[in-house]
Parts: sequence; C-alpha cells; structure tokens
Amino acid sequence: MVVDSYKVQRVKPMWKCLEPVFSRMTSRGQLHRLQKRSQHRASGRAGPEHDEEFVDILEERRRSSDLGHALRTFNPHPYRGAPPCSTADLNKAVLESQYLRYVAKEIAMETGSSEEDVREEARGILEEMSQNLQLRFIRLMGYTLTKVFKRLFTGIFVNMEGLGTLQQAIQEAPVILMPNHRSYVDFLVISYILFTYDIPVPVIAAGIPLAGMKMVGEILRRSGAFFIRRAIGSDKLYWAVLSEYVKTIVRKGYAPMEFYVEGLRSRTLKSVTPKLGMMHMVLEPYFKSEVFDITLVPVSISYDRVLEESLLAHELLGVPKPKESTAGLLKAGKVLQEDYGTMHVNFGRPLSVRQLCQGKINRCQYNSAPRDLPQKPTEEAQACVSWLAHLMVRIQDEGSVISPWSLMACLLLQAPMAVLAEEGLPWERLAERTLWLRRLALDCGAGLNWPGQTPDSDVMSSAVALHRSVVYRRAGRVYLLQQEEPARKRPISPEEAVMRIATAVLMLASYRNQSLHVFARPALLATALHITKSTQRDELFACFCFLQDVFSYEFILVPGELSQDFEEACVLLEKCGAVHISQQEVTLSDMGLEALSFLRALIQPFIDSYQVMFRYLSEEGDPVLTEKQLVPAVRNRATKLILSGELRTYEALSSDTLKNALSALQRLEAVTKLRTPEQNEYKVNSAAVGRIGDILSGTIPPQMLQTTPDARL
Amino acid sequence: MENVVQRLLKCSTSTFFQLHIVNCTGLGEEGVKAAVATSRLERGKLRRRTRAAVETGVGHREPGPRTRRCPQIAFCPAFCDPDSLPPRVGWIAAGALASIPTPAAHGSAPSIHKHGSSMASNSSSSGGSDRQRIAQQRLRIIAGHLQRPAGDDSALLAAECKDQGSKSDASSEEKTVPRRRQEIMKWNGWGYSDSRFLFNKKGQAEFTGKRYKLSGMIIPGLKEWFEGTFGANLQHKSPATPILNSSAVRPPTLNEAFVEELKSTGVPFSHDAEDRVFRAYGHCVHEIFALREGRIGRVPDLVVWPNCHNDVVKIVELACKHNVCLIPYGGGTSVSSALECPSEETRSIVSLDTSQMNRILWIDEKNLTAHVEAGIVGQDLERLLNESGYCTGHEPDSMEFSSLGGWVATRASGMKKNIYGNIEDLVVHIKMVTPRGVIEKSCQGPRMSTGPDVHHFILGSEGTLGVVTEVTMKIRPMPEYQKYGSVVFPNFEQGVACLREVAKQRCAPASIRLMDNEQFKFGHALKPQVSSIFTSFLDGLKKIYITKFKGFDPNRLCVATLLFEGNREKVLQHEKQVYDIAAKFGGLAAGEDNGQRGYMLTFVIAYLRDLGMDYYVMGESFETSVPWDRVLDICQNVKARIVHECKERGVQFTPLSTCRVTQTYDAGACVYFYFGFNYRGLSDPVHVYEQVEHAAREEILANGGSLSHHHGVGKLRKEWMSETVSNVGIGMLKSVKDYVDPNNIFGNRNLF
Repeated sequence: MVVDSYKVQRVKPMWKCLEPVFSRMTSRGQLHRLQKRSQHRASGRAGPEHDEEFVDILEERRRSSDLGHALRTFNPHPYRGAPPCSTADLNKAVLESQYLRYVAKEIAMETGSSEEDVREEARGILEEMSQNLQLRFIRLMGYTLTKVFKRLFTGIFVNMEGLGTLQQAIQEAPVILMPNHRSYVDFLVISYILFTYDIPVPVIAAGIPLAGMKMVGEILRRSGAFFIRRAIGSDKLYWAVLSEYVKTIVRKGYAPMEFYVEGLRSRTLKSVTPKLGMMHMVLEPYFKSEVFDITLVPVSISYDRVLEESLLAHELLGVPKPKESTAGLLKAGKVLQEDYGTMHVNFGRPLSVRQLCQGKINRCQYNSAPRDLPQKPTEEAQACVSWLAHLMVRIQDEGSVISPWSLMACLLLQAPMAVLAEEGLPWERLAERTLWLRRLALDCGAGLNWPGQTPDSDVMSSAVALHRSVVYRRAGRVYLLQQEEPARKRPISPEEAVMRIATAVLMLASYRNQSLHVFARPALLATALHITKSTQRDELFACFCFLQDVFSYEFILVPGELSQDFEEACVLLEKCGAVHISQQEVTLSDMGLEALSFLRALIQPFIDSYQVMFRYLSEEGDPVLTEKQLVPAVRNRATKLILSGELRTYEALSSDTLKNALSALQRLEAVTKLRTPEQNEYKVNSAAVGRIGDILSGTIPPQMLQTTPDARL
Repeated sequence: MENVVQRLLKCSTSTFFQLHIVNCTGLGEEGVKAAVATSRLERGKLRRRTRAAVETGVGHREPGPRTRRCPQIAFCPAFCDPDSLPPRVGWIAAGALASIPTPAAHGSAPSIHKHGSSMASNSSSSGGSDRQRIAQQRLRIIAGHLQRPAGDDSALLAAECKDQGSKSDASSEEKTVPRRRQEIMKWNGWGYSDSRFLFNKKGQAEFTGKRYKLSGMIIPGLKEWFEGTFGANLQHKSPATPILNSSAVRPPTLNEAFVEELKSTGVPFSHDAEDRVFRAYGHCVHEIFALREGRIGRVPDLVVWPNCHNDVVKIVELACKHNVCLIPYGGGTSVSSALECPSEETRSIVSLDTSQMNRILWIDEKNLTAHVEAGIVGQDLERLLNESGYCTGHEPDSMEFSSLGGWVATRASGMKKNIYGNIEDLVVHIKMVTPRGVIEKSCQGPRMSTGPDVHHFILGSEGTLGVVTEVTMKIRPMPEYQKYGSVVFPNFEQGVACLREVAKQRCAPASIRLMDNEQFKFGHALKPQVSSIFTSFLDGLKKIYITKFKGFDPNRLCVATLLFEGNREKVLQHEKQVYDIAAKFGGLAAGEDNGQRGYMLTFVIAYLRDLGMDYYVMGESFETSVPWDRVLDICQNVKARIVHECKERGVQFTPLSTCRVTQTYDAGACVYFYFGFNYRGLSDPVHVYEQVEHAAREEILANGGSLSHHHGVGKLRKEWMSETVSNVGIGMLKSVKDYVDPNNIFGNRNLF
C-alpha cells in the first residue's frame, strides 16, 4: 500500500509522557510493571526521540472505488471469539437482569404503581435508547462518510501502530474507546476507521437529540449509536436502565464501546471536566469482578480547522445552538464546500483497568452483598472513577496533534485585539515568534504536526490561508477578520462592534485552546511566580494549588496529583531555561523572561475574565441568582469594561468561561447551588468571592483552600 | 466358572467373601457390601439384594484405593464374558474397579466391552443365563455362612488401649501406616514408593505398581498431552535426588530431661533423621520441590508414636513440663505448609505422630456411631467399618493417607458430602488433649444449645490447641447400590447452570463435579490403552456423535461426573431426575466410564505431579468456595489471572490453568483450580510459583471466594486470615489459644 504518511514531531513519545502519571499512581513495584508493559506494548519505539507514524487513510479512498470499500469483506476478530449478540438478546438480558428487577421493585414501592408498569416503562426507555448495530448500515455509513470526508479533508491521518495494538487488545478484553469530542464529524469516524481495518465496530453513546433527526437518527442507531437523554437528573429508572445496558454491553464484550468521557462536545476545543456517571458504569463490571479486565483506549482526534468554528463562537456569545435536525444537516451543505485541512486520529496505547486500579480499588468491598443490588458507589470507587476519568482526559490531551495554527493563535491572542483588528501584526514578527514558540512547545512535550519537508514560512502561510475565516494577511501584516454583515440599515453600535470582534477572538481562542494543555502547568507556575513574587517553593506551591483550584474547570488536571503537577511544571520551566530549581527555591533566570511572560499572558485572559465575574458577584451583596440571569449580566458588564478599555480580553464574554467560573466558585464553596424544581439557583457568599478575587490579584497571600475531592457522579 | 464358585465357597471370612464377589463379578461390590452389612440384622433381605447386584452388575466401585488385604484373590474372567452380562455393565472401563489390589486382575483386563446403552436409561437386568442363576444360588448359600455366632448380639465392639508390648494386636500386621513410613512411602513425592508414573523407553507413559486400577497400564495419550500442554520435552529431565542424605539433616536439638521422662513412659520415639524428615513436610509444591533437590530445612527433633489417648496425655504433660514444642502429625497430606517447623522456634520440636492410634474402639449400632482413634487413616477406617457393614461416607481425595484427626483439625470435606455431610456434620463427640487438660462433651446428644459449640474451637484448629485423640462419628449402613455417570455440556456456562439447578432442587447425587474443557482433555489423556478395537471404535463413534451430530465444540465442551448411591430403585429414579435437569441445559449423558475415570483422576493426580516434576513441570491445586452467582466469574478470572501472572513472570509456555466445580451447596459451590507450568529456564521456579499462587489467591478473594473450602489455612494462607474473619475474629481465636495453650506448646503457628 502506497500511502501518504508523515511523522508528527514529538520530543517524548506519548507513553513516556505518561510515566510521571504512572509513577504517581503506583505503589510498590507497580511502576516497574507498567513500564515493562509499556515497553512491551510500545515495542518498536526505540529511543525517547521517537516519531509516530501517521498514515492518511483517505489516500487509498481517493485511488479506489468508494463502493468497493463499502462492500469490502469485513472480518473482525472480536473479544475471546465472543458470539455476536443480537439487539433483541441484549435488550432481553438487560430487561431480565436481577438489577433491574430490584430497581423496578423499589420504584414500584416508592411510587405505588405496579411492578409491571415500571418494567413496561423500562422497556420503553430501553427501546428509545438501544442501538441496533447492523453491518449493512455500517457499509452505508462507510460509503457516505467516504464521500463526505473526501470533500472536507485533505487527509485523515491515523497512527497505524495504535490500530495494531487496538486490534490485539480487542481480542483480549472488553475495550472502551474513549475519544475526545470536538466536532460532530468525529461521531462516526472511529467506526469508519475500524471498519476499514477489520476491527469490530463499536457501539457508541450519543446524545438523544441525534435520535430525533429524521432518518439520520435511525441510520445512526443502526450504525451502533445508542442514545442517552441529556438531563437525567434523578430519574432512577432511567439511570438503572442505562447503567444495566452499558454494563451488559461491557460484560458481553462482543463489541467495543465508545463514549465521550467529557460527556459533550467541547465548545471551546479545550478539554472539559470529565463526567463520571458513564465512566462508573463502564468500570463497574471490573470492580465487581464480572470481567477479568477492561481495556481503555483513549483516542485523540485533532482538527486543523473545525467545521463548527463560527457556530461555536456564536453559541458562546449567547446565540442559541440550532437544534439538531436532518433539515439543518442538509442546509449545512455550504459548510461542505470549504477546506478543513487534515484530521488526526491518534489511538492511544490500550490501558488495562486492572493495572491502573491496582491499589486503588478493593474489589472485596462487593463481596458481602449481591452484586446486582442497587447500591451507592463507595467513596473509594468514586475516587477511583474520577481519577481514571481525569487520567483519560490527560492522555487524550497528550495524544492530540497540535497544528502550527494553534501556536500562532496563542501568539495572536496576546496582542491587543483592537490593534489586531485595525492595524494588524507584522507577519515577520509573528512568524519569528511562532518558530520560537515551536521550540517551547516541543520542550514541553507537545505532539506537533509541523511538516518537516516544507519551508517553515510556507507552513505558516498555509495555516493562515486555511483559517481565512478568522484572520487575513495583507501587505505583510496579519489582521483579525471581522465578519461583514451585508445590508446594514444603521451604523453598528459599539456593543455590536465588540461582539463582532468577540466572535473572531473566540474562534481564535478555540484554536489556542488546542495547545493550552501543553503549557498549562508551567503557565500556572509562571503565574504563581508573578502573583507571589516569591521564590520559596512552598509558597509557590500554595499559590499553584490555589490557581489550580480556581481554574480547575479550565485546565483539567488529575485530582490528587497536585504536587506531581507542580514538580512537572518546575522541571519544564527549568528545561526551557526560565528558572533554576533548588531544594527550597525556584529562582528566575535572565534568559527565561520571554517564556515566562508568554506563559503568564496565556493565563491572563482567564484571570481577567474571572475577576470580572468575581467583582460582579462581590458587588451584588449576597444575591440569589439563576445561571440564566447571571451570564448575560456579567457579559454586559464585561462589554462595558471592554469599551472603557479597562478589560483587555474578550473571553470574558464567553458563556463557557463564565459558567466555569461559577462552577469553580461553587467548588470553592463561595457559591451554593440551591435545588429548586424549576431551575438552578445560586446563593452567593460575596465576602468569600471577594477574598478569592483578592488572592488572585495578589493583594492577600494565598492560603490553601481546602476542597473536597471532586468525585461527583 | 465352576472352580471360581468353589473357591468362593471355601472362603470363610466375610471380608474375603466380599472382595471375592466384587472381583469375580466385576460388578456387585456394593450390593454385596450391603449384604454383608445387613446380614446380621436382616438376613432375609440378603437374597434379593445379592441377586440384584448380580443381575444388574452395574459399575460399582471401591470408593477409594485400598491396600492389599487379600492378594490371593483374582478377577475371574469368566464372569466378564460379555454375553453373560447385561448391557450396561459394558460402561465400566477396563478394570474399572479402581485400586483393588489384585495382581492377576490386570492381566485379564475384564469387562472392557462397551455396550451402547445410554446412561439415563432405566434398563433393568436382562440376566437370565444359566450361569448366572447358578451363581445366584451359590451366593444364597454363601450368605448363610455370614450368620454370626449366636450370643454375639451385643452391638458393641470394644477395644482397649494397647499396652506397650503386652499383647500383640493381630490387626497390626495389616496396618496401612507403619511407624517407619519410609518402608512404603516416598520421601519426596506423593504416596506409595511402588506407585509412580514414568515414561518408558518407548516414550509411553505408564503407571507402576499393583495398587491401583491404573497400575501396570500404558497410558498412550499422556505423552502428547503432556508435551502439548506444557511445552515439555521428554529429553529435558529434572530428576529428583534419589536418596535422602541423612547428613543434610541437622542433628536434633533434644530436650534431655523430656527425653528421659519420655523413655520412662514407654511410648516409642525416634530421632532418626529419616523419621524426622518424613514429618517435616506436607505436600505443597515448594516442600516437595525442596525435598527433590535434597534441600532440607528445619525438621522436628524427635518423633513420638503414642498408642492411645493416655499416651498423648502423658506426652502433652511432659511437653508442658519441659517446654517442648509439639506438632501433631496425622497423615502428612497437608497442602498449607501446616507441618513446616516454624523457623523462629528455638525449643526442641517434637512431632507427635498419631498414626499408631488407629483402632475403632467401638461401634454403636443402635445409634449408628463409631468411636475411633483419631490417627486412623481414611482407607483403614472405611475398610474396617465395611467389615461390619458400615461406612462413614467421608471420602476426601486424600483418604488413602489422611487421618481422622487431621480431618477434624482442618475441617475436611469429603467427596460424598451431599449424602453424608462434611466432617463437622459427621462428628458427634471429640476428645482433644490440650495443655490445659482434656476437652470433651459430657454426652452424645445429636445437637445441643449450650453456648457456642466447643467442637468448633477444635474443628479447624490446625494443631494449634492440642491433639485430637478420639472421635465419635456417625456411621451409615453401606449403600446397597452405587452408580457412576457423566454428562457432557456444550460449554462450561451451561454446566454451571445445570449444577446450580441441581443444587436448587436439592437433588445432588452423592457426588457431582463439573470439569472444564482443559480438565476434560486431561481426563481424556489419562485413558488407559484399550485392548479392543470395538472399544476404540465406539469411542470414535461417541466423539463423532457429540462433536459432529450434536455440534459441540471440542474446545469448549465440558463434562460433569456423577456418583449415585443408595437404594437401587431410588438411585435409578434420582439418576433420571438429574439427567432430565442436565438435558434442559443441553447436557448429554456420556456414560459411566467417563464418570469413573473422572473420580479415578482424583487419586492419581497427585502422582502425576511427581511425573511433571521429573520434566520441569511444576503444578499445584487449590480450592475455594464461592456463592453461586460468582462461580463462572471466579473460574474465568482466576484462570485468566494465572495465565497473566505466568506471562508477567517470564514463564515461556502458557501454563495449564484449569478448574472444576467439585461440590454444590444451597448457597454456593466449591471450586478447585489446577495450575501447572513448565519452569525450564526460570532461575527460581518455586518463587515464581509462589507469586502466581499468591496472585491467584488474591484474585479468588477479590472475586468473593473464601480463603479455603477444606484445605485449611496453615501458614501458607495466614496473611489473609484477619481480612477473612475480621480482627475481632482473630482476637477471639487468639484468646482461646491464650487460654488453652498459654506457653504455645502446640507451636506450629498455623492460622494466625
């Protein structure tokens, strides 16, 4: 097979990056075993300076018949030769499960309805939910996707080695595919790849809105999607049916299961705090010893350019998301005319839950009661699930492939926006800085998609060209594109002008976010250095922890591993020559000012945005607010501040940032959520919010804010 | 034919008679046993039963291997004429009656003919040949001889403690276990010295000796299985040190004062190196492996052989007086490191060998109990009771060598517990000598509400509290009828589901065991050479029927072996019930010989391990008990864990990792795991083995399995005791120990 393949630059191979992660979770010789395992799994990866090979799977499609591909002989090797399980059998097993019986009985008792009615209801839920995977439809899907992908992308690059290990892993244990979710496009791409390479096609957890689409919903269902309602809340029966359904699929292991641990499509292209409910369901069969092991395969999907970019930006600015509908899909035809560059699908190294959970979960806890009995998960189990979910997000991050454009976006965002929009940035300066940043990113272990054989200037030019929806280059300068709205009757108001810039800025911010995880730890440390003006490690660590706490919804770090994250930040900063590390102190180095100021500036928009929110809340007295009121109110405030020149960042307008800030305050117990039947209301403790704001601005020293481990399910 | 019957008529002792019939007919031992049993009480019934036995001639067997009692008896080929036998006789495998010590028997290899009847069928006798009728008539006459002399109607047989050398005990000549075990047993392997597996010059496996059914036979399939399963090679041998080198044994640390006083009691003792080494080990793989390499660790300094309860009292008193460590020794079949001398023990260690306390002191026929000295080994107990027409029905796999006291001390379980119960159900009264004195109950009430049952401090105490000296246990009349069976299931899941259903309906046969696919293949590999083309032809047909016609995957199917016991009609009825249930789970009746071979495997598997060790293969079995809903998961996970761990530890060839469900209970089952691997190329195979076993046990516990179903804790599984019984539980046990044995005289340090 002649394929168009190239290598992604990466200083550390992914599994090497994982070593610090592993060394944290390990106790007694476990690390050793994991290393051995990784070497085993990663055989062929010789030195630390290793390049991963990605192959363009569209290349082959462009050269041969699409129909031929769709009709190819599909000959997968499933887990242990597990017999295929028909939809009817699966659903029957779920409905007849002892667990569901218990729950039905419980609900019948509580509601006073008959058990039969409850079971009937369960049947209804299952019908709405269940997938109906059929090879015919996989073929149909294959055919359609080939057409679509060829139009959208210049290439879909897949790491073949990852596919190879996946193929092996699928035969050994039930496999859970855990991709990140950045675009609707990636919904079926994994199925498409697996179909192409004779690996069992997964069943996929999807949001219920997709099921509502005419025809498409049904096609998705038959391509293996099962549909989960959005706000399940406290619907006990629904939870029960869903969890039994998921667990049955894992136990039977006849097909891999795919789900988004982040729970939803990230609107900001940045990782989202993982949701733990589904993760717990998936892991429970191992916890309860119903299977020997479960294999988790993190999958990182990265895009040069995301289809929904402007849609997302608008959504973040408060324009409601259009409802998923078939008509809408067809109307999106225009979107298909554009070039979206390449897509990277990086299959991570399969991870054994058994090994990961060693010492973290005592399976004996399930020994004294029937395993089918509905029980609240223990704290230990919750902590373990949360840890694993965060770990998966981290691995997804580390596996993602970063485009030159993302680095450029980081730099562009550090310029004053008004200047960028009106006067533009000199191209030469941008190019020079981008190359500098490339070095920094590689030092921090990023996986860069920087074509080696093309001149650097061409790489950057084509990146800008690809993103002409955000920036344009004219006369040696780069400008932020402000969307023209034709046929304006009246001159645009200053507020509208802000919004127009904001749309572009938020798009730019999304692309910056693609590489944010690379710099997150050192950037937090750089900020801590700035805030504390101290060189003492313990003071810095306290501030680092505080920052992590405040921004825990922005930068997803693995819970309970702060000191390792701090260490890592120190080591990385030292590696880029920004600091000197000693036993007690972290001292600035003269050469590192550029790096430090860049890193600090990376965090600054978040600090500024949060401060807007904090100030708003602390000035309000102790109000009770709903989220629906709060976000527009703060957004208005921010708009005013931008206009008055007091606020530089447009990101304070993003509902995502504001919601994250609210969640963080809740986590820090400065805001309490009141449970009311209609909507979520929040009670604000102004003093506490004010204090957090003061610490963040460095006016009062950071004290350790004790928070409970994040283990909600 | 004639002369056989004449020989029969010459027999005068009942035992002789009994064995004679069994051997001659190759069939009705059970019926005849029953006949013997009932002769005293209900002689009238004898005729019918004997006739039934002769007529049906179904595969009865000796419950376990026996020692040679009457070597002069031979099988009678004439009785095995296929024409004269009803069809179902044919299902008995070649010389199927395991272990009957008959030198001439194997030459004639009777009744290997197979007839095509199905297990489940309720076929009754078709007998009626003249010869049979004559035989029946003669049997009736013989039955007359069984009448006891009048006046001997008291049902109590009493015996007293043998005084040292005062009167010679006639039965002592036939004692299975001599003081010097080395005279008949291996010092670094399992069982009798004369019985072992080997690959002969032609590379065929054979089993030596004359004790077992398999003895002297060629097992053609074993080599291929052995090489294929373990990746072993007959060229690569790892022979054991042939002779025990006494100089490798540390000289004894004797407590002179104790020895002096012991001499005055007249209880025999020895500090001979061989005697001491024999009592220093059980049969864990690490123990045997060390012995094979000639490595000998700490061994007892002295061995004493008390002859009766009072001897034990004296010994324990002296041990307390002189602060000597006592380790009780019964049959030496421990697989929990229970016999290992604690390395931290600085006192003189005395092994208290109970093997000479081996008499049945009385039999109470009114209450159906027997009072027995605790050193008696299973086969002797069963044999002696059989002579009186009774049995205990307690048949642990180790019953050839394990002792009554050992059963009590480890909470043993027998194969036929479904009918007779486990040891705790069987004992009525226990006498134990402790440093505080003798503990026993004041009466023989069948059940008491008198606080916690003190028996349960003794049951499972593993020699940490004292020596069990005498036990009163329940006995039963010997069963009239015994029948083997087997069922093939398409897969293990179905098999487990069937066993669960059988347990639910509470209709488990005396024994029901489910072997997984690997073990089924193993059992197959142990099929002895068949001398008849007809048999191999039938085997082939059966195979084709199951795999081709019924569509069973030979790599997934598994087999359940069954043993029914009791009244003939009930057995047949019971059999039908079980086979009907099996059919619901896709099970096919697969004949009696398959069943029987399954049980035979039990007795020879320990010998097989020694063969493995000759060729770099090391193996062990371990067990657990687990609730029904977890049986499948635990089997799958533990087997997977073993394979996984072996791989992690550099074992080159995938190990044998197999299991079987061996007992059913209302709420769960007992699962047995077998694990073996090729250790060639490993620098420290025992360490690898121990790590894998440790991991497997952790896996068992994580899967909701118990620490042990019947092997006990010993020192091997001590580390998990507190999590098993909770810290409070350990505290309770310790406080009992502290009261009963404050100076740790019984210092084997088992359990906790």
